[in-house]
Amino acid sequence: MSDPKTSGPQANEAVTEAAIPERTPGRLFKIWDSDVAYSFRTSPVAIISGVVALAIILAALLAPWIAPTNPFDPASLNLMDGFTPPMQENAFTGNTFLLGTDNQGRDMLSAMLYGARISLFVGVSAVLLAMVLGITAGLIAGYRGGWADAVLMRIADVQLSFPSILIALLIFGVARGIIPPSQRETMAIWVLIVAIGLSDWVQFARIVRGATMVEKSKEYVQAAKVIGAHPFKILLRHILPNVMGPVLVIATIGLALAIIAEATLSFLGVGVPPTQPSLGTLIRIGQQYLFSGEWWILLFPAVMLLTLALAVNLLGDWLRDALNPRLR
Amino acid sequence: MKLSAPSLGRFASALSVSAIAIAAFGSAVSAETIRWARVGDALTMDPHSQNEGPTLTVLHHIYETLVRRDIDGSLQPRLATEWYIHPDDPTVWVFKLREGVTFHNGNEFNAEDVVFSFERVRAESSGFRALHTAVTGATAVDDHTVHVQMEGPSPLYVQNLTNFFIIDSDWSRENDVVNPQDFAAGEESYAVRNTNGTGHYQLVSRDPEVQTVMTYYDGHWDEAPQVTDIVYTPIAEAATRVAALLSGEVDMVQDVPVQDIARLEQTDGITIATGPENRNIFFSYDMTSPQLISANVDDNPFSHPEVREAMALALDRDAIRQVVMRGQSQPSAAPLPPFVNGWTEAMHSYDAPDYERASELVRSVYPDGFSVDMHCPNDRYLNDEAICQATVAMLGRAGIDINLVSQTRSLHFPLIENWETDFYLLGWGVPTFDSAYVFNFLVHSRGDGFGAYNGAHYANDDVDAMIESLSTMTDLEARNQVVADIWEQVMEDRVFLNVHNQLLAYAVRDGITVAVHPENQPHMASITIDN
Amino acid sequence: MLAYLIRRIVQSAIVMLVVALVAFALFRYVGDPINAMVSQETTLEDRAALRDLLGLNDPFLVQFGRFIGNAVQGEFGMSYRLQQPVMELILQRLPATLELALVSGLAAFVLGVSAGVYTALNPRGGISTGIMTVSLIGVSLPTFLIGVLLIWLFAVELQWLPSFGRGETVTLPGGWVTGFLTPTGRISLILPAITLGLYQMTLIMRLVRAEMLEVLRTDYVKFARARGLSNRAVHFGHALKNTLVPVITITGLQLGSIIAFAIITETVFQWPGVGALFINSVRAVDVPVMAAYLVLIALIFVIINLIVDLLYYAVDPRLRVERGGARH
Repeated sequence: MSDPKTSGPQANEAVTEAAIPERTPGRLFKIWDSDVAYSFRTSPVAIISGVVALAIILAALLAPWIAPTNPFDPASLNLMDGFTPPMQENAFTGNTFLLGTDNQGRDMLSAMLYGARISLFVGVSAVLLAMVLGITAGLIAGYRGGWADAVLMRIADVQLSFPSILIALLIFGVARGIIPPSQRETMAIWVLIVAIGLSDWVQFARIVRGATMVEKSKEYVQAAKVIGAHPFKILLRHILPNVMGPVLVIATIGLALAIIAEATLSFLGVGVPPTQPSLGTLIRIGQQYLFSGEWWILLFPAVMLLTLALAVNLLGDWLRDALNPRLR
Repeated sequence: MKLSAPSLGRFASALSVSAIAIAAFGSAVSAETIRWARVGDALTMDPHSQNEGPTLTVLHHIYETLVRRDIDGSLQPRLATEWYIHPDDPTVWVFKLREGVTFHNGNEFNAEDVVFSFERVRAESSGFRALHTAVTGATAVDDHTVHVQMEGPSPLYVQNLTNFFIIDSDWSRENDVVNPQDFAAGEESYAVRNTNGTGHYQLVSRDPEVQTVMTYYDGHWDEAPQVTDIVYTPIAEAATRVAALLSGEVDMVQDVPVQDIARLEQTDGITIATGPENRNIFFSYDMTSPQLISANVDDNPFSHPEVREAMALALDRDAIRQVVMRGQSQPSAAPLPPFVNGWTEAMHSYDAPDYERASELVRSVYPDGFSVDMHCPNDRYLNDEAICQATVAMLGRAGIDINLVSQTRSLHFPLIENWETDFYLLGWGVPTFDSAYVFNFLVHSRGDGFGAYNGAHYANDDVDAMIESLSTMTDLEARNQVVADIWEQVMEDRVFLNVHNQLLAYAVRDGITVAVHPENQPHMASITIDN
Repeated sequence: MLAYLIRRIVQSAIVMLVVALVAFALFRYVGDPINAMVSQETTLEDRAALRDLLGLNDPFLVQFGRFIGNAVQGEFGMSYRLQQPVMELILQRLPATLELALVSGLAAFVLGVSAGVYTALNPRGGISTGIMTVSLIGVSLPTFLIGVLLIWLFAVELQWLPSFGRGETVTLPGGWVTGFLTPTGRISLILPAITLGLYQMTLIMRLVRAEMLEVLRTDYVKFARARGLSNRAVHFGHALKNTLVPVITITGLQLGSIIAFAIITETVFQWPGVGALFINSVRAVDVPVMAAYLVLIALIFVIINLIVDLLYYAVDPRLRVERGGARH
């Protein structure tokens, strides 16, 4: 889905070394910007999902300032507040909570805001990791070809042959073995990021590799080669900008997937510590109360996760169409 | 394992299940099938291989023991009608065996089978070896009397026999299963899937972790039970298990999540039975090492009596009972269920939480408080992770900052065995119904087969000596005094931060009456059905 | 061709070896198998003896060598937990997983293609937007939650469908246990198949839609229209036909995620397949079962990859050129 036709020609003009840094990215982004902006303005779905996603992201980022309580501070919790229904007074403590409390007496609203913060942090970091790894591998495999390509693509095969959740489970297990016990808790979230990120790089690698193979045979790259530009420079300045479109689309959808993957891992018993629950952990806890009548413990975090993932996915959809001029 | 599995659920009529059973064994007249779901499956059908909850529960239906543990914790006759210490020799146990008992294949049950079973249960590959280390040999005096020779006087040994199943000696020899499964052998033992016991039920089919079907053995010595057919299905997910009961696909759920009890009680057509399990849930901590693995201070905070007292004051057991356990627990100060020998009313009582005093105590040693890791299993006990979380919050109010590490049981328990945790949650059942079992594993200093779960690193020579003396004391009154003395020291030293004894809940469809068994081993032959 | 074939087979063998090595290395961190095998009364000395007996104290490479030596002969040893031969356990459970995967895969394919075609042909329609949005819910909630919610709605509240298990099964000659031949077997498939297939369906639908939109703009389709062919003939005879090639390929490769999510689905629905067997084995640290499962999955994938690559090689001459070019 890379689109060499739009970016190829103007990159072709910039054969001389000096002209590249200023002109190519600047122009590229200007064109993208205007096209994308236009498409955004005319798509109600994009506007709505954009606003919703932004609202959730902002709320999560600002959680420490806007949340009524700090659910990650165990000493501030009162177990007797547990299972308070939304907007009702707790029979023992007399406290009232807008969205009720969970099984530990945590204010649901605060827990969700802080939880979304963790989920987003894990998701964004994991996608960034997958992106960096995937792009690097894809560029090298596509540009160098030969054994580098064979090795990287076979590694990708191995990766694909293992279900991603399985890989994340196993990476989690290894990390637990390697990290000294005293640091496991603080490292848990990073381990999670690495586990999800590592299980997700292949998509980026495949797309970048494909695009790179197409680009590298183009005249402007050949020209850059002829004048002796370093391969690293060629990759970074000529090829990379041309594959960023599809990469961005995968990254957006990957973000939603990573957030869901975090929740799934939590269901399988690995993930962030229960004292600092993510949105996924809250759902895992909440689904235990599906039959017992405490619906709010599951419903609110589930709706929040659904809204967030849906908004991000719809944005990804729109971005895919917006970046593909033939679909316009 | 070829079976056209008779399905659970009202979707497959219960009739088809019993129809198959009747066709195969052609006896039962008023057939009652019970569809029974539990979180886990039996691991094996070999009666001497795995000493593990669900395995024992299923095996009790097929095989029988010499003595059986009743609902109230007392010992009742089963294959043995009488048992006593030999009047002339305190090191010999005498068992009088029931007459007229036959195995499922028709073989007659006699003393030779018991002697053979004693050999088999003590084999290298037996999972029950540790319970019979005091035995040196068993002999058949006549067809229905067995003498068991002990190393020394062992007045309470019979308490170790409630999960000791009797297997047919001839059948075992014929099928080459003289010893339990040997892991090194590399091949499957015949006894893993085939059975020949004397129990109420015989095995019809078994698909591990999917379904086990049993039917009444009409040659059984006792009166015929109402339940003639059993379909046992493990359902791992709590929500699915409860759903299966709510939708009428199973008749009985053995592991009911505590939060669902209230809803199930209010549901038409469902009844709940609750009762105490023989299992206490408690925290323990390394109180002996000069330094901890995870603490942020130079010495060992748990070595200070003030800190241990503060933790006892900070733990709000009643709040845990009310919110986390929904009332399904008996809070207590000592890790001992009330029906176990050595329990006293005094051990049960605990102080009301006092966070101010707790905080003062902590700060008298560490003005800024301290931090330490706590290890917790998340798939072993009722709401284990939630108990730990609640405790973290309570200790936080006392100035103790806890990092909670909660993980699966196979990662949790080795930490205790290998002394790799400073502070942990553990549940302990007392299958022998005697305090000595607690002391041997949790209180005696580690070594020589003692103290495997003494994660407190507790070591007190006097206490060790008293514990060792217990195993051979024949004067039960004097022995009970020693037990009381040990408990007093242990409680004074605050070796355990006990939370509660957990209650079990079984959910059944209306018309079925079942009592909660303290060992969590319900027996379908004791169930009554009133449609 | 022969050289290429040999090269790919050698590569595949290396992939398998790496998978086995990685999998085996990871087991050391999953937990302690001994703990799951013995009772609480077992002395530390007896535990050590059992560890010796199982060879868990041997150097890692010795253990690995032994494992490979046996695995090559199809010998995966005995389950620590169930004391039965691992291969037998897996083969006994495989039909359940394959039948579930087949049904959910087929349903996902049929529904996904239809919805994809519809949304591509009516890209701006209200129904299309609806389908696109609703289908996204399938990828915006964790699988376990979808499963639990389906059970709650269809098994508990409506009591239409069973909540767990496979229903009645029939053993076919050859030992294959099928649930297709009984009414309860078929009805039991519905909820797990929906849970498992939702994600795939969404994926296929969006893929078909994207491909279709691309193909509809190609000169090839324009010529077909110019030749005066009816819309119907153009859409289904030309456009869809061209779309299906990449769709089928990717669907085939998606088998990985079907098997991954089967782990979750089988756990939620107590479906007696290999996924549930695997997760139970992870919990009990049943190393022989885990190892065999991972190696088996890897084997299936390496074979699928190999076949796909060979088919491409045989069918598409351009690939031969590209691969040749990549080799330099």
